[in-house]
Amino acid sequence: MYGDTSIQKPMKIAKSGSPEEAELERNFQAKIDADIKIEANDWMPEAYRKTLVRQMSQHAHSEIVGMQPEGTWVTRAPSLRRKVILLAKVQDEGGHGMYIYSGAETLGTSRETMLDDLRTGKAKYSSIFNYPALSWADMGTIGWLVDGAAITNQVALARCSYGPYSRAMVRICKEESFHQRQGYELLITLSKGTQEQKDMLQESVNRLWWPSLMMFGPCDDDSPHSAQSMKWKIKRKSNDTLRQEFVDASVGQAKFLGITLPDPDLKWNEKRGHYDFGEIDWAEFYDVIKGNGPCNRERVNNVIKAHEDGAWVRTAAEAYAEKHAAKEDAA
Amino acid sequence: MSSMTQKEALTAYATQIADSSLFMGHRMSEWVFKAPTLETEIALMNCALDLIGQSRSFYTYAGEAEGKGRSEDDIAYLRGQTEYRNPLISELPRGDWGYTIVKSYYYSVFAKLFFKALTLSSDKQLAAIAERSLKEVTYHVRYTGEWLLRLGDGTQESKKRTQKSVDELWDYVGEMFIMSEAETQLLQDNISTDIAALRGAWDQEVEALLQQATLDVPTGTWTHEGGKTGKMHTEHFEYILAEHQYLQNRYSGCEW
Repeated sequence: MYGDTSIQKPMKIAKSGSPEEAELERNFQAKIDADIKIEANDWMPEAYRKTLVRQMSQHAHSEIVGMQPEGTWVTRAPSLRRKVILLAKVQDEGGHGMYIYSGAETLGTSRETMLDDLRTGKAKYSSIFNYPALSWADMGTIGWLVDGAAITNQVALARCSYGPYSRAMVRICKEESFHQRQGYELLITLSKGTQEQKDMLQESVNRLWWPSLMMFGPCDDDSPHSAQSMKWKIKRKSNDTLRQEFVDASVGQAKFLGITLPDPDLKWNEKRGHYDFGEIDWAEFYDVIKGNGPCNRERVNNVIKAHEDGAWVRTAAEAYAEKHAAKEDAA
Repeated sequence: MSSMTQKEALTAYATQIADSSLFMGHRMSEWVFKAPTLETEIALMNCALDLIGQSRSFYTYAGEAEGKGRSEDDIAYLRGQTEYRNPLISELPRGDWGYTIVKSYYYSVFAKLFFKALTLSSDKQLAAIAERSLKEVTYHVRYTGEWLLRLGDGTQESKKRTQKSVDELWDYVGEMFIMSEAETQLLQDNISTDIAALRGAWDQEVEALLQQATLDVPTGTWTHEGGKTGKMHTEHFEYILAEHQYLQNRYSGCEW
């Protein structure tokens, strides 16, 4: 319950650089090329394992940290129905986090280790959660745009080569789609409301549109891990491809809400069959990744505080479990 | 002599039950991203969802009983401090994990006994909501009870902290068993239940668990009161309302 320390890496070990390893690696890549899923006990290159642990733990951390901006609005929800929907959503995110941590644990890294990395700042999470949730409309916009972007990513990830991750994504995508619809429905309600509600909606989208586009990561030319990840089918589509899919899907949805997207360069390109859009502020993107976003420090501090405040509780639970295990042994 | 009509009494009764569930749930929902582990966080959100769900059923019924077209949200959001009738225990701050556990345990044991009795109400709708709520709070008793054992019989520190919560919160227990005007009035038609009569069973169950948790059972009989009459809530309550009602106050008359 409090981090399994018994996790071990699978047994098959070949000496680095040996002919056996080269053979294993060929078989591994052949499997991936044939779209056969890699499972936890299969041999895999260390770099593949590392890449997956990094990506899956980042993903799980994003779910956990993502509970913060929405969590602060639960007590302020304007109706009981919305309150319950929001609380259930935040709870789902916690569940997703647990589920992905479990998936990553199959690769030999414990949840506690991953969470330690989050607390020390070694591990990253989606930088969108370093932006604040400032209005009730954000509860809809996060569902529509942030979950929408996440789904665009995750639908692709559902086809990734690592079995446990791929299966987790299939299940998570279903719930995320539900969240996205609920978020959009919240925005529809605002769009039909008073002028103040419409303004609240537009302001929220103005603020969160660009950070949502940044969720797909650097543009393909600047994406350091992409080529290898594509070869391993951890990644199935490039950052820019996914970003374009997301933009294309969002324009009509924005129109339906009667709002504008804050990009003067956004227009349909007949020749490409896609929307053209403006340049992302990459300086801001890298700044936020480096730790200089509006809420970076606060988000991590909250994770640390919860962990520290709960230390006595976890210790008590362990002490109790030990005492009672000893009693059972004696009986 | 009561000044309430039967209709008014039924509305007030359903509302006071809803208020208790709502604010218990409100305080629990404050644990989002603050709990000791992911598992405990998710479990508490589950309980909060149950409680807020219960409040919705009772508010909706209060609106129906009243017959003036008020929705669950009209009743849940659009009242002044003195019109809310939850016992004070439900509005106390979340405190540390032990405080929340003890508070929820005290409340949940009460709620379990109460809803069990209410399933026998002559009012079929109240009985039906009570039936569903009973299942939920029975689980809450189990969950918080298990934690109470761990904390009481865990480490020196957990025992000390938890004993303090056990003692402090004890002074808020009595109010849960004081009959409100509506409760008293509805008793004659077997619509409400005699909650004062439930205290013995509560004492028995709670004392047994506290002893098992190696904690001292408080003996005081004095109780804070004022929530169920609305006459004197705690200083914490207006802050809850400030958050809870913020959007409804700032943008009145909107659909959300």
